[in-house]
Amino acid sequence: MPDTKSAVVMDADRIARTLTRIAHEIVERNKGVEDLALVGVRTRGVFIARRLARILKEITGDEVPTGALDITLYRDDLMRHAVGPQPVIRRTEIPFSIDNKKILLVDDVLYTGRTTRAALDALIDFGRPKGIQLIVLVDRGHRELPIKADYVGKNLPTNPEESVQVRLQETDGNDEVVLQQEATV
Amino acid sequence: MKRLLKGGRVVDPANGIDGVRDILIDGERIARVGLNLPFDAATVVEIADGLVICPGFIDMHVHLREPGQEHKETVATGTASAVAGGFTAVACMPNTNPVNDDANVTTYMHPTKTAILLRRALEYAAMFGMPVIEHCEDPSLKGDGVVHEGYWAASLGLRGMPGACEALGVERGVLLAELTGSAFHVAHMSARASLRAVRRAKEAGIRVTCEVAPHHFTLTDEALAAPIAYDTNTKMNPPLREAADRDAMLDGIADGSVDAIATDHAPHHYDEKKVEYDRAPFGIVGLETAVPLSLDRLVHAGRIRLSRMVELLSVNPARILNVPGGSLSEGAPADITIIAPDVKVKIDAGKLRSRSKNTPFDGWELRGGVAATIVGGRPLYVNADTRLAL
Amino acid sequence: MSPTTVHVDQQPAATALRSKDLLGIADLTPDEINLILDTADVMKEVGSRPIKKVPALRGKTVVNLFFEPSTRTRTSFEIAEKRLSADTLNIAIATSSVVKGETLADTALNLEAMQPDMIVLRHSSSGACHLLSRICRSAIINAGDGMHEHPTQALLDAFTIRERKKQLKGLKVAIIGDLLHSRVLRSNILLLTKMGADVWVCGPPTMMPTDVRRFGVSATSNVEQAVRDADVIMMLRIQLERMEGAYFPSLREYFNVFGMTEARMTLAKPDVMIMHPGPMNRGVEIASEVADGPYSVILDQVANGVAVRMAVLYLLAGGAEHEEAA
Repeated sequence: MPDTKSAVVMDADRIARTLTRIAHEIVERNKGVEDLALVGVRTRGVFIARRLARILKEITGDEVPTGALDITLYRDDLMRHAVGPQPVIRRTEIPFSIDNKKILLVDDVLYTGRTTRAALDALIDFGRPKGIQLIVLVDRGHRELPIKADYVGKNLPTNPEESVQVRLQETDGNDEVVLQQEATV
Repeated sequence: MKRLLKGGRVVDPANGIDGVRDILIDGERIARVGLNLPFDAATVVEIADGLVICPGFIDMHVHLREPGQEHKETVATGTASAVAGGFTAVACMPNTNPVNDDANVTTYMHPTKTAILLRRALEYAAMFGMPVIEHCEDPSLKGDGVVHEGYWAASLGLRGMPGACEALGVERGVLLAELTGSAFHVAHMSARASLRAVRRAKEAGIRVTCEVAPHHFTLTDEALAAPIAYDTNTKMNPPLREAADRDAMLDGIADGSVDAIATDHAPHHYDEKKVEYDRAPFGIVGLETAVPLSLDRLVHAGRIRLSRMVELLSVNPARILNVPGGSLSEGAPADITIIAPDVKVKIDAGKLRSRSKNTPFDGWELRGGVAATIVGGRPLYVNADTRLAL
Repeated sequence: MSPTTVHVDQQPAATALRSKDLLGIADLTPDEINLILDTADVMKEVGSRPIKKVPALRGKTVVNLFFEPSTRTRTSFEIAEKRLSADTLNIAIATSSVVKGETLADTALNLEAMQPDMIVLRHSSSGACHLLSRICRSAIINAGDGMHEHPTQALLDAFTIRERKKQLKGLKVAIIGDLLHSRVLRSNILLLTKMGADVWVCGPPTMMPTDVRRFGVSATSNVEQAVRDADVIMMLRIQLERMEGAYFPSLREYFNVFGMTEARMTLAKPDVMIMHPGPMNRGVEIASEVADGPYSVILDQVANGVAVRMAVLYLLAGGAEHEEAA
């Protein structure tokens, strides 16, 4: 076992309240949900997007179309793995036209910005949206590209040696965000 | 110069000897064979304890390539390879360019086209007391086959030639040997149907003999797929056959139906083998692997005794070809093969004396090898891994 | 959501191919086959986008080295490569036993000197890809070698079947035609038996490979027996020159005995799929009414070929570096 120290920085209740807050910010900023569509970045961004869609429906009564984006084929580190297989790719499902929509791009953690860059490239290959807004549950800093989130669940200052784990009911069986100090990598 | 081989086990089936004897060589000939032979101060004495002294091995089937294809083998590299493999004489096949017709053996490398041609050859050769040696094969049944027609050919998508392709040629030869009363020798036999034909012919008193190559009693067509798939060093004609054929060859060797072991030594430059399987030439080198394979797969495996191995490699080839050799009789030329029956041999293709390295046995570890080869009284090869100084 | 989301959120058992090359189905495990088919699912979606191109293989060079004429397979590979943003180079070399050209090994080593990442090879000699894989650093993809294998064809066939039937296990698949000379047959037998299908092969005894049952299939020369209750019927191309080799007396006879007609099809399951790797000889191995009929998935096969080849290219792209680091 590696010597790891970990601390829960968001629990289930906190995550729920945060998503509700973000949903209200979305409605406020866009003056409703007209022309909005949610696109989650696989894997956990998809489930956060679906939860936001549910909350938006509760608030406004309107259905916001939701899609799933796999960015593997757009990653800039695809061939740079020193050792190891290619990442497993999953299906991208955007069952609506993104032309002239305001796309809410959803991811769990914003870090270097490279995933977001790949997601933007992928998204733009699907059409010409009116605009793209970025939603993240956690912003842990250390950006390597000029990317900034429009909606942030929690700003979490971290060291590069630390790792941020977002766990969701749908994929991991419970809701929490954990900051892990990895003594040995 | 006199040389005494002292204390070795002499296996000389032609003279009914299998036991410890001394052999005194005087110049080019064997002077005496006996127990505790006296010797004078001028005699070089070799202690041959634990070694086996045999009449020189004769390879009935070798391709030396000179003249015409010296990049594959020359007479010099071919004979160096032969003595390193324990052979004191080789019968060269005349598929050189121009044809080497000095050989005193009438041999048809390629299957004779028509029955009448084979009949004439048999009749003519009988005048010299020679057999006709034939590569038995029905050309139309072979077609453009490159491997044995069986599961592995189907699995690898390679065109096959069935065992019947060879057996058909054997049957034809048997019938014409009966018709002419001449001797017919089946070269590099590989198929169980061929062996069946030879056995029946022998029972009927027809003058038919046959030889088997070490690769045909060792390998099967499974070698086409593993350890290296499509290794062109598994491509030879006749091809590696299925297990039932290989096992039949072993049975025939054990029960006396097979008369000789011959290598069908066929050197090819690596460039020619480093091509698509169906475009590669047929053949592998065999001179330097024949004795270790025979000892390991036949003698140590308990299939035959050493004296039978000497018959297969020396006595019978001399008899079939009607050439001197095949015994350690006093007064005979001192052509002697000395075996180290338990030496550990690791085949290293890169170290073969042959100019070509096309062997499927690279890396094989075998029990038993050649200790020394004496030709006309002169030690032309001595294995550094054995105790013999010579 | 689209109805084909069955495998989406299940992690496949294999996450990488073990070999740097795709030489044949013989070397693949069932898990690896599933990985390729699952990846092809995603690639098929890429082909339905308005911009049918992703940057996954940007900066990678793929050489399509074809020693046999082939429009279909070469085009399919080329589209797959372009959709993944690879740089592609097509080399077609006419081989003739009369003209003595450069050896395959020398051709490959010369290409290698220019640092390609992958070589897609089509060659008339069985085992040509194995030769290349031993001497090349690049990943070698077999696009058909002699009478040996045509692995991407079998993979696209499996993908097409799986798309309709959800799984391969337990399906009765009848493969009818020239079994002896067909690399498509060999790859399909290997793949389908690995995946648990009940494979029947059917053709004239003159075109039946030695020991065909050792491949784990049922063999018959009775086409009705092969077709009865089949879930899938795969017709193989009859090469017209075989008739000269006395494998069968006439094309008309062949069609009468083995050709797929609407009448014969009625023996199969009601939802049978009719497949053909192409190019077809209408009226020889297959009646036009069948080829163009509602059960034919022949054009789906062609469409799926691109997705499957994208999957193979993608999965092998990291392979060479993988090996060097190990």
